[in-house]
Amino acid sequence: MIARWPWAAGGGPSSEAALVFDRARAHRLLIVPPLFEEMNRTRRLLVETMRRLDAAGIDSMLPDLPGCNESLEPFAAQSLTRWRAAMAHAAQHFDVTHALAVRGGALILPAALPGWLYEPAKGASLLRQMLRARIVAAREQGIAEDSAGLIEQGRKHGLELAGYGFGAALIAELEEAVPPATGLREIRQGELEGGALWLRSEPDDNPQQAEALAQIIAREIAG
Amino acid sequence: MTQHTADDTDPMLRAVLRDVLGLDAARAAALGPNSGLFGALPELDSMAVAGLFTELEDRFGFMIDDDEVDGDLLETFGSLLAFTQAKRAAA
Repeated sequence: MIARWPWAAGGGPSSEAALVFDRARAHRLLIVPPLFEEMNRTRRLLVETMRRLDAAGIDSMLPDLPGCNESLEPFAAQSLTRWRAAMAHAAQHFDVTHALAVRGGALILPAALPGWLYEPAKGASLLRQMLRARIVAAREQGIAEDSAGLIEQGRKHGLELAGYGFGAALIAELEEAVPPATGLREIRQGELEGGALWLRSEPDDNPQQAEALAQIIAREIAG
Repeated sequence: MTQHTADDTDPMLRAVLRDVLGLDAARAAALGPNSGLFGALPELDSMAVAGLFTELEDRFGFMIDDDEVDGDLLETFGSLLAFTQAKRAAA
């Protein structure tokens, strides 16, 4: 079901949505989603994983990032700092006991939660890939662009990448952001078998991978 | 160096294409030297091209410059394989 969690947008009190399986059980998992297009490509995998965690007796919450999905905030106003603060709010509101950060979600994981990083991604790698997509698309139209020039422009004025209007703060933070060295357990794609869904050019699902991911969490959350 | 060696680049490259484009095993195995990629595979749009190059860098451990990323490189499976082998040899 969809729940709301409080988040102050702009001046007044506001809220953002989260998909939740919440039966007030002892183990409560915050899922910090991947960033940008990878969020869409992994949505079905994560929702299917939540269903299986629910069946295994574990509550889970998948919040929208401000500026994404159903959020009314402008994307251009977002930054990693803002998203990290929002995820900390969500963690507190839902009183979670653990967190699973997926890919770029590791860059905005609230501190001090035990849990898992599923194939954590560096900000620079995510940025590089989106820059490349823009350069390739521009070249098809006979326009020459290069990464260095685009980054320079992005740091000063923001940048249009992968269909999102990035603000300057988000570009600058992404260049430097690396997953936290917290000693959290890292889940590798090889443990789930099959190709990573965020690499696909079209969103896809994979029930076997969802089952494998849910099993890892169910097994380790108890231990 | 144009000499062909029995390395693992070919199967690794097919695995990257399977993962990035979601090709099934049969389609990935059926790619020959002259099989078209960019413009021939509907899965390979500009976003997928970017994902493909980033994944090649991660798995093979080399870096690809902006000016190396062009359509010729992705014209056929054979051209991409030759590029990947050359990058590995130089890395």
